[in-house]
Amino acid sequence: MSLKRIAAVLIALTLLVIASVLWLGLRHDRNTAGSSPLQIEAASPVERGRYLATLGNCRACHTQPGGADYAGGHMIPTPFGQFFAPNITPDADTGIGRWTADDFWAALHEGRSRNGKLLYPVFPYTNYTRMTRDDSDALFAYLRTLAPVQQASREHELRFPFNLRVMLIGWRALFFRPAVFQPAADQDAAWNRGAYLVQGLTHCSACHEARNALGGTQARNNPAGGLVLDWYAPVLSAAAEAGVQDWPIEQIEALLAVGKADRASTLGPMAEVVYESLQHGRPEDLHAMAVYLKSIPQTPEPDREPAPRVLPGDLQKVRASGEKLYGEHCAQCHGDDGLGRAPAAPALAGNRAVTMDSAVNPIRVVLFGGYAPGTAGNPRPFGMPPYSAALSKQEIADVLTYVRTSWGNDARSITAVEVQRHASGPLW
Amino acid sequence: MSRITRSLLTAIGLTLAGTAGAQTRQSAPHAIDSIEQRVLPCSACHGAEGRATRDGYYPRIAGKPAGYLFNQLQNFRDHRRVNAQMTYLAQRQPDAYLMEIAEHFARQDLPYPPPEAPRVAAAALARGEQLVHQGDTAQQLPACSRCHGERLTGVAPAVPGLLGLPYDYLAAQLGAWREGTRHAHQPDCMAVIAERLSADDIGAVAGWLAAQPMPADTHPAAAQAAPLPIDCGGLAPAIQRSAP
Repeated sequence: MSLKRIAAVLIALTLLVIASVLWLGLRHDRNTAGSSPLQIEAASPVERGRYLATLGNCRACHTQPGGADYAGGHMIPTPFGQFFAPNITPDADTGIGRWTADDFWAALHEGRSRNGKLLYPVFPYTNYTRMTRDDSDALFAYLRTLAPVQQASREHELRFPFNLRVMLIGWRALFFRPAVFQPAADQDAAWNRGAYLVQGLTHCSACHEARNALGGTQARNNPAGGLVLDWYAPVLSAAAEAGVQDWPIEQIEALLAVGKADRASTLGPMAEVVYESLQHGRPEDLHAMAVYLKSIPQTPEPDREPAPRVLPGDLQKVRASGEKLYGEHCAQCHGDDGLGRAPAAPALAGNRAVTMDSAVNPIRVVLFGGYAPGTAGNPRPFGMPPYSAALSKQEIADVLTYVRTSWGNDARSITAVEVQRHASGPLW
Repeated sequence: MSRITRSLLTAIGLTLAGTAGAQTRQSAPHAIDSIEQRVLPCSACHGAEGRATRDGYYPRIAGKPAGYLFNQLQNFRDHRRVNAQMTYLAQRQPDAYLMEIAEHFARQDLPYPPPEAPRVAAAALARGEQLVHQGDTAQQLPACSRCHGERLTGVAPAVPGLLGLPYDYLAAQLGAWREGTRHAHQPDCMAVIAERLSADDIGAVAGWLAAQPMPADTHPAAAQAAPLPIDCGGLAPAIQRSAP
């Protein structure tokens, strides 16, 4: 083969790849067939949309803390820089007042703004693309009823090269397939409704699915866990993390509706999801979500980069220090035996929130404490005191190492470096 | 009479009646399903039973008027006041629970430690005392005692006492109001006052207040003696159901 021919073939292949990327990254999905598995007897599309907005927790991201509802400005920290949620009130100049239902559908289903601009997937259109057109229209109808607020949306502040929007073409080609949810014929109505909610509107995978270095979700359908908003969203398919496959269905429903179940309670960003969104869900919808979450096929805990550990020779000393601190600060509520004191303090023995490989959440809970959300079903929750002032990073590492290696717990040790790494950022 | 008014009056009544039992009550172990257990996270910074720690930036909350404490919990929750740790703890709690917590700390009737040694010079102390008791007509500053009570121990249900607090905390709060990082319910009268205070006057007022011993009666006054000299929001704290 002559050099010229090789060059021609290479050029042709390159063009083909470019064309494919452009096509995959910019294609439209004309197939809007599919009706919502949500049977809502709502009086009007607006009422239906109001409920969808609540379940989708739209307000939490699109409202600056202390600011006007849905007027945007909320900063979302990511490894790529700071995103600022836009104003989605119907203000003509600064909101979505000039949008049509078609424009809104393009944003939700294809991740495109009204002017054709590609949207960053921090707006989880990778989930919303599963939603049906009738649900999109209802949501839009509700947003149209909000009081217009004149507040210009703030530009994102992203690191190079993530600030180049054109990069999204490649990202979309790799990680995004627009497609409305299609019910599985071999599953019942509750499962399909749950799958529709979990995969679409409630966008669980936006946090619970590991993202790769480019911010793409690695698994396709099943949530898989990731570090988000400075907390760790545990894996929904692993028994060692947040899998609920062996839970009674009522317990899963309770965790979603109340924020607390016999074996777990919610803190951090998940407490927000329960408080703002899920506690207002209809029992049949939470039941459907529970059915689907319970059915997710189990996987082992994901592999992780090795974390810093206490040197084997130091372990005895660290555990002794941790045991002393535990006796002084923790045992009064959690018990010398680690069995806790119901209803206030959970058992730490055999508690996967304490023993899972990622120690981010236990570190942040010891540093900053926290209350379960004060929901209708648990209006006076108990709380964990913050220890960031009372204990040094080393002492927190010692006491966590003790807790993670006592009463049958067999988790890796924690160092002060790791505690320090998770000692900042928004608390949520 | 509304439930809130009733519980506020109960809180005040308990506060007034509870002096004798204070010493014994504080050391008694509490039941696990109790408000004492529920507010343990507060003690980490505000001290056991909310009586403050040595750190000058965490105020005593024990014995402050319930309505004032409730307003502050709401302010942190709703981002009118800035403190990441406080917002994080109060953020997803309903009004009724915040009021219950506020009433709990308002009921704590505990002895006060002696005041700090004066942190400012004699001239500043004199200026501070003048501002607290007389105000400054030229600068349109009413006396602190006009709203915070003749004894400066606050006025039920929502005006806080100014004594028994460290200099660092007092100066930081007045500074935060002046800089616009602390807000109260509208109309935010303390923002108006703080704007009229110079940095030196803030130091003088905080310096004098922090150096005063508590009066014999440490409790908030039951009611304002005269109409307030300035329009203030949040004086009638109310529990509202948070909208979904």
